[in-house]
Amino acid sequence: MATEIIIHDEKDNVGVVVIEKISPKQDCSCWIMENDNTINIQSADEIPLGHKIAMVDLKEGDTILKYGHDIGKVVKAIKKGEHVHVHNVKTKKW
Amino acid sequence: MFTMLKQRSGKDMEIPKNFLGYKRENGRAGTRNHVIILPVDDISNACAEAVANNIKGTIALPHSYGRLQFGADLELHFRTMIGTGCNPNVAAVIVIGIEPKWTKKIVDGIAKTGKPVEGFHIERTGDIGTTMKASKKAQEFVMWASEKQREECPLSDLWISVKCGESDTTSGLASNPTVGNLMDKLEPLGVHLCFGETSELTGAEKVCATRGATKEASDKFMKTWNDYNDFILKEATDDLSESQPTAGNIAGGLTTIEEKAFGNFQKIGNCKFVDVLEPAEEPKKGKGLYFMDTSSAAAECVTLQAAAGFNIHLFPTGQGNIVGNPIEPVIKLTANPLTVKSMGEHIDCDVSKILSREMNLSEAGDELIKTTLRVANGRLTCAEALGHKEFVMTKLYRSA
Repeated sequence: MATEIIIHDEKDNVGVVVIEKISPKQDCSCWIMENDNTINIQSADEIPLGHKIAMVDLKEGDTILKYGHDIGKVVKAIKKGEHVHVHNVKTKKW
Repeated sequence: MFTMLKQRSGKDMEIPKNFLGYKRENGRAGTRNHVIILPVDDISNACAEAVANNIKGTIALPHSYGRLQFGADLELHFRTMIGTGCNPNVAAVIVIGIEPKWTKKIVDGIAKTGKPVEGFHIERTGDIGTTMKASKKAQEFVMWASEKQREECPLSDLWISVKCGESDTTSGLASNPTVGNLMDKLEPLGVHLCFGETSELTGAEKVCATRGATKEASDKFMKTWNDYNDFILKEATDDLSESQPTAGNIAGGLTTIEEKAFGNFQKIGNCKFVDVLEPAEEPKKGKGLYFMDTSSAAAECVTLQAAAGFNIHLFPTGQGNIVGNPIEPVIKLTANPLTVKSMGEHIDCDVSKILSREMNLSEAGDELIKTTLRVANGRLTCAEALGHKEFVMTKLYRSA
């Protein structure tokens, strides 16, 4: 079974692309490591290997959860399926 | 809670009980048999390199410091120098410094292990005379060391340090958890383990603190992290977004220091740390996992861990860090298929099949254990074959 996206924890609101890239409007299979479930999502953007996709709509000020933990805050609204990175998420440290 | 890949785990392999190492005078065992030429200070590098050039099979460890240092910074310099000489991967040591006093201090520190060590100072002799005298002794040492044979040593003689570099999200997904899986399997067998990278635990520091084996260890960790964070806040001119994460980390998909920290933290598996070490401090509380206060720069961190006595190193990478160390073999693993494809000559253990789910974490951990034992038994690492000998002293502040 092909897996395009891996999610660490069921609480996470982002997943990681694990193939060379995904294209806009691609239907992707997402494997959740923690509970071994599989869910599906349609991507909105082209997203390269190792980069993150939003699993839900996120608004400014929301917390990004990965590994089940807080890894930063949303600084620009993100729609489900869009690329999540330094252009829309920043650290809460430093 | 924490993400360990819950996959159908097949039958784990049986872990060998021994490896073939070099038994040393003080009871430790080495995975290598180096004769090193150790300069005390920057200005003695030329002489040390001349000796290593004269006498084949020796290796010089040039570096940038050792003059006019003071206080804790000077103590760290001596601890790193003496610890490097004491490392069981080193059979014998020639120490060369400009002045006799500091040279002797380092010689005396190394001599406590019982291994052959001799010091030479350059003042009143000059480079050429010192090179001649030191070369004669180095030839004697290297010919003596060349007769040493590998013998069966218990696995508990392995002291394994870990550090990740040029990380990306594949590090947190797969290569770091592979190291964690190895730790979970080898810790019960009595090995020493060490992780560091104080700054790169930022964001995961409170979760990391809960992994102290005792309240004392947890408190010591939080104090160490807080001191480092205060220093960074004091010195920072911006939000460190150019340094942490690095440009390579960001290209690989890591967005924030917190994300990097939680990925980094996967390296210790489910182990708890028994103590917190100063940079280059030798562990004193027996087997198990230790946290060392180190920079997150690869060569600095590995140099400090080697100086603390660790004799084999595991280095998971995402985008492809290429670091090595002159005395401690550095084993690279990656889960990033593009890194395997584009710079495979740097990768000792490929765990990229975890991402395509053709390999589970336990299988990857077993592969890494096999690679680790082959290297412990003498197989060269990619970094050794490619000539990587990064020896980088950590400096705490300006010299006087």
